[in-house]
Amino acid sequence: MSFVEYSEFIQEGDVAIIFLGHESMMAVNVQHGAQTQTRYGVIRHSTDLIGQRFGSKVTCSKGGWVYVLHPTPELWTLNLPHRTQILYTTDIANITLMLELKPGSVVCESGTGSGSLSHAIIRTIAPTGHLHTVEFHAQRAERAAEEFCRHKVAHLVTVRNQDVCKDGFGVTGVADAVFLDIPSPWEAICHAKRAIKKQGGRLCSFSPCIEQVQRTCEAMLDQGFEEVCTLEVLLRVQDVRSVTMSLPDFGPDDLTDPAQATSDPAPSNASVTLKTAIPPKEMAGHTGYLTFATKTRE
Amino acid sequence: MANDGDDPDAAFRVRNGDYVVLKRGDVYKSVQIQSKRKVVFEKQWFFLDNAVGQLYGTTFEVESGGTLKPQAPKGTQNAKEAGTDNRNIVDDGRSQKLTKDDIESLKEKGLKGQEIIQHLIDNSTTFRDKTEFAQEKYIKKKKKKYESSITILKPTARILALMYHGREWGKVCHLRYDTLAQMLTLGNIRAGSKVIVFETCAGLVLGAVMERLGGYGTVIQMYPGGGPTRAGMESFGFPPHFHDTLYEFPLCKMNALLGGKLDLESKDMDTNHSSGSPDESSDRIEDPSESGPREEASPLTQEMETSSEVPGVKVDEEDRKERERRREMKVRSKSINSEKKLKMEEKRRKLALAAAQLEGRNADGLVIASRFHPCPVLLGLLKFLSPSRPFVVYCQYREPLIECYTKLREQGGVVNLHLSDSWLRHYQVLPNRTHPVLLMSGGGGYLLTGTTVAMDAPKTSGQPKTEEPSAKRMKLQEAEGSA
Repeated sequence: MSFVEYSEFIQEGDVAIIFLGHESMMAVNVQHGAQTQTRYGVIRHSTDLIGQRFGSKVTCSKGGWVYVLHPTPELWTLNLPHRTQILYTTDIANITLMLELKPGSVVCESGTGSGSLSHAIIRTIAPTGHLHTVEFHAQRAERAAEEFCRHKVAHLVTVRNQDVCKDGFGVTGVADAVFLDIPSPWEAICHAKRAIKKQGGRLCSFSPCIEQVQRTCEAMLDQGFEEVCTLEVLLRVQDVRSVTMSLPDFGPDDLTDPAQATSDPAPSNASVTLKTAIPPKEMAGHTGYLTFATKTRE
Repeated sequence: MANDGDDPDAAFRVRNGDYVVLKRGDVYKSVQIQSKRKVVFEKQWFFLDNAVGQLYGTTFEVESGGTLKPQAPKGTQNAKEAGTDNRNIVDDGRSQKLTKDDIESLKEKGLKGQEIIQHLIDNSTTFRDKTEFAQEKYIKKKKKKYESSITILKPTARILALMYHGREWGKVCHLRYDTLAQMLTLGNIRAGSKVIVFETCAGLVLGAVMERLGGYGTVIQMYPGGGPTRAGMESFGFPPHFHDTLYEFPLCKMNALLGGKLDLESKDMDTNHSSGSPDESSDRIEDPSESGPREEASPLTQEMETSSEVPGVKVDEEDRKERERRREMKVRSKSINSEKKLKMEEKRRKLALAAAQLEGRNADGLVIASRFHPCPVLLGLLKFLSPSRPFVVYCQYREPLIECYTKLREQGGVVNLHLSDSWLRHYQVLPNRTHPVLLMSGGGGYLLTGTTVAMDAPKTSGQPKTEEPSAKRMKLQEAEGSA
């Protein structure tokens, strides 16, 4: 198992995603002798997981069953241990496309946070690209580096424990794209510019507050970035449902024929059942503003 | 990136034959650089010959005669005087002293856009009274109208998705760029994967998938009718080795492939059959749109030496030898037909290769975005995926995806099903004037995503459902109901 390559069978040391049912999942580190408790009973790694095919059904001790899935950056995003607020797949997808990431891209990112975006970037730029990720919190940087190792992507990423606003990304003129998710992105725009290749590249800043966006845009324009563009994207999930709607009873339609009216009363419980999709009562209405810009050739 | 030759920027220069994107403001157009070829863009015509040898990202001024001249970095125009509000500005249509004819004559004199705008400002009686913000807006508007500069860019999925969404919405089934972004990410499209693509989005989705594969892995394009549509993919200008990763398979042969009855010999038989009337056969072969249905209709299945169960590459190699032998014989007898036969051989060879890729039923990803009803396509193509792999289906409409969702729930073999669409809003960010852009896209289409899982043995043999423990089924339904 690796986050940049599928394998067929589950092995010792892998991360596996246990799918418990609608909207319920958990990530486990597969180890000989280990056990995982679920609401359907115990999963014994040695017998239930190791050697099984990813995607297969596993019967738990209480007789219920679950599916074991191969990890992907998207499943990881939903199941990772949160050390910070994380970026979710909808924003990540747009960041990836708008930063023009592809195999071979060199990317700088700060902060690393819980590594949600990092995993998605690494997946896209493998096998020839590289991610330089900067995190000012020492323990978070360490934990992220450990995760990259366990997920077999360490060769594609360099984690640096420093403050991007003061010390930059630790590399100069190598990046095709830079991503910022920090409290004061405007202080790091000059470092972003320095990190990007002289042929130019793309920049993205993620900020929850419009005041941050305002200052960041100003800094981008001051530093000569072009095509500055701010957008917001939200995922609207639709729940597929079978709904039943009653039909009203208008009474008999032919009043001139009292015989019919009495003999054939309209059924009072008439209804129509249809398949539809409804929005949830509540949804994430704001994650953050994404500001993109282009650095043109020097 | 590696530099070739003496010029460190060689890889960043426009070459003849390159596919490039022209940009002016927010408008894009994809073209191929061809010498002495007239290009029309934003009501202007010009030749791209002068762009050859220039760096990507260069902005050009269109000069008289349609020649391009690289533009020096522009200076910004600063307003010197400005009003505080618009209380003194009256819309009487007399604020601009220059008439339309005056402006035309300025243009004829060969004045540049910038100079014309300066004339307009000098002859505007209200410009000085406008607020600084309004002045900025005025200049921006006039720039759009009179500046004739274009920028030449290297195509990317981002730019082409923006271009198609902006200019040829209908051609890409109304697929919005952020929805394409979701598809590529949720489909886990990455280097080394084997991805099945079925799209009628001009080849944009195919190209975007190939960009993410970066020349590593395999794409099998399923196509309806006579041949695959690839204009959008060609616009990416991929290096030749990318095309080696691309296979194509006609949907009309899917039943045959699934039933293990794909007959890779029928074409040859056909040729033998119709060799008596070369005119007729040549007509058929030259029109690819006809060959699809014809193949399907061909009842000739006598040559059984190629079973679809045999690993594909071997089939192909044996095939080729056999075909070569046969071809040699035929070439001697009928030289007129040889070229057409070669073409046909090529087509059949491709079919065999694609079939071999599909037969393993071990694809890593499935991406569907078409004008066809997604349900049969999805149910058919899911069979070619390994377990624990993501799939994404795009549809402009919601209802067909609801149907897909319902069918998949009945049939099983998938988990993590989600029906969604996305909402996208752009912002104007300016000092003290930050707000959402007045117009926004009303919708970018719908996505159904999910993950394949192993089918239970009895399920695969035709009887879906009824297999799951009833207690669990109820629990699951309950969970859904409360979710």
